[in-house]
Amino acid sequence: MITRTRLAAGACALLAALAAGLAFPAGASAGEPTGEDAPKVDLVLDVSGSMRTRDIDGGTRMAAAKQAFNEVLDATPEEVQLGIRTLGADYPGDDRKTGCKDTAQLYPVGPLDRTEAKTAVATLSPTGWTPIGPALLKAADDLDGGAGSKRIVLISDGEDTCAPLDPCEVAREIAAKGIGLTIDTLGLVPNTKMRQQLSCIAEATGGTYTSVEHTDELTDKVNQLVDRAADPVVTPVATEGADACAKAPTLKSGLYTDREEFGQQRWYRVDVAPGQELRASVSVGADRAVNPSYGVLLRAVTAHGREIVRGEAAGDGRTDVLSTGLRYPKAVSDEDDAPAEAVCLQVTNSFSVASGVKTTPGLPLELTVDVVDGPGDSDDVAAFGLGRGWWLLGLLVLVGFIAGLLWGWLSRWRFAIWRTN
Amino acid sequence: MRLTRALSAAVLLLGLAAAPAAADSSPSASPSGDGDAPTTAGTSFRTATEFEQGQVATANGAAGDYLYWSFPADAEQRPTVKATVKLPETHAAQTWRVDVYDGLRRRQACQWGAQARTADAGTSAVELACVLRTVRAWTEPWANDPLPGTYYVRLTAVNVPTSDLGVPVSAEVRVDSKDIGGAAAVDGSLAEPLVPGIAVTSGAGQGDEDDKSAVLSAIEPEDGWSSGWWSDRWVWSGIGAVLAALAGIGGYALTRGSGRPSRVPPGA
Repeated sequence: MITRTRLAAGACALLAALAAGLAFPAGASAGEPTGEDAPKVDLVLDVSGSMRTRDIDGGTRMAAAKQAFNEVLDATPEEVQLGIRTLGADYPGDDRKTGCKDTAQLYPVGPLDRTEAKTAVATLSPTGWTPIGPALLKAADDLDGGAGSKRIVLISDGEDTCAPLDPCEVAREIAAKGIGLTIDTLGLVPNTKMRQQLSCIAEATGGTYTSVEHTDELTDKVNQLVDRAADPVVTPVATEGADACAKAPTLKSGLYTDREEFGQQRWYRVDVAPGQELRASVSVGADRAVNPSYGVLLRAVTAHGREIVRGEAAGDGRTDVLSTGLRYPKAVSDEDDAPAEAVCLQVTNSFSVASGVKTTPGLPLELTVDVVDGPGDSDDVAAFGLGRGWWLLGLLVLVGFIAGLLWGWLSRWRFAIWRTN
Repeated sequence: MRLTRALSAAVLLLGLAAAPAAADSSPSASPSGDGDAPTTAGTSFRTATEFEQGQVATANGAAGDYLYWSFPADAEQRPTVKATVKLPETHAAQTWRVDVYDGLRRRQACQWGAQARTADAGTSAVELACVLRTVRAWTEPWANDPLPGTYYVRLTAVNVPTSDLGVPVSAEVRVDSKDIGGAAAVDGSLAEPLVPGIAVTSGAGQGDEDDKSAVLSAIEPEDGWSSGWWSDRWVWSGIGAVLAALAGIGGYALTRGSGRPSRVPPGA
């Protein structure tokens, strides 16, 4: 066992964590990478003065958060790299400027040492301001690097006290910058303004917002979010569509993300060989408050500008994304080595926002491209042109019967003639 | 003699004809064991939780979440998506809606069923349903008819008052299919089902069973995708051919009578 632990200390954080679970002192030093694709989670905890309020199951909000963190740290899957960041933990004074810079990394994002992390959480006591925006920016930096999924879980009991930096816009910019970064928010005993702000932050990044009134709700939700981070998810490739087909980037089969501003066109190109089928779908996300009634149009166009096929979608009311797709099977060519056709994909949207809502960065756009073998021919409506049903049977029986009768009469007539002669 | 022949032919005809009718009423997709039914939901097309038809997928979420699941549907099936949302004791009126998208993320129409419903204050649950169109093995590229492949279910509250945002709710989704059978058997088929990312997964080599790399959708029905070759149209057409032959023999026999032609003189 000792040798195994030593081995683990050297190379494998999974085994190290296992050993830690068996009450051996963990050998892996914090921050040691376990691989490029490890999912990363940063828990951002509000430690502002208001966390002293005693309204969650008879205890303070801070006590509830600490208890939940202890349970979450125990249940964190091995492969998840977990970090903890605080906001408003250190500066008790009244100076807004200093108070709004008060965010610190309590436990760095990396392989988890449960004991150490728990000790760190235990030291927290409610202190200062609620600088959500700056904390999110720093948390995004904490998660920087690696190709795995990244998730920020923000637990707060009050709205941001550091205007004019709108945390909602901060979240949108973070989402526009990184790939696959999601912010989930949890509001402890929330009021209306806080609900709006936290759900705005969540929607800006495709995350979720949950209100929490009890300790076990908090534990369950954070556990669920950490587990969700551990689920393997395809990381999209960032690309940048052009404003015309000629300048468009050529895409292969895969998943891509981009940003599309309001009223902007995005062009991409895909090479489709004869006998292959192009499948493309696009989702444009509504990551801010948009006007009701909106639409998305995806067109496949030839290099000469002729439209081949289009997919359109329109919607009304609250939504996260609006998607559509199309399919284009390119006919088999008679020539032996016919060249692949460059099909241009054009994405446009008709989302709009009320005046006063920032229009940059653009809306998140997700594009899937699949180039597969083309479908088989269809020469008939029915499978192999076969028939079916009582009418068919009736017709066949009738025709067969008449044919039999005719044949019978014919042969009788021939027999009679032969007889007479 | 003539009568018995005609009767026996009729009995045979009826008996044979009943066979395809029996084939029609084959049972729909049988519910599979709920042992491994998912208990979470995804939050986007990319992260949608996969489940099989017949399973009950459950999830705990919050009012305002967008819950995503995905399930496989094969040709000649007509899926029905049923969703139930359990709401907390106190809540304001809120509208819930279930949307179904195909593998190309195109919204699929519901033939009938309450796709959206408003839960008045105090109601404990909302039940939603969506009956899709029959899945066909082949359609023209310009049509958006349902094709075999992945289907996404999105369940969300489309109208939540701010006071209810983030309030915990639990949801339950179940998909069952009616087997339409040969009536929906069309000619032609897709080379690959409409499963997102299939070009990447099928290209990466099927041999890598241990390959745990994430895929957009790894969905497949329990007994695999249908080949598109078999349909009960073969039975109908075959039986039709046999019956036509029998009717032909019957007709011929009628003209022959019981033996000698009547016009032939007895002494000939």
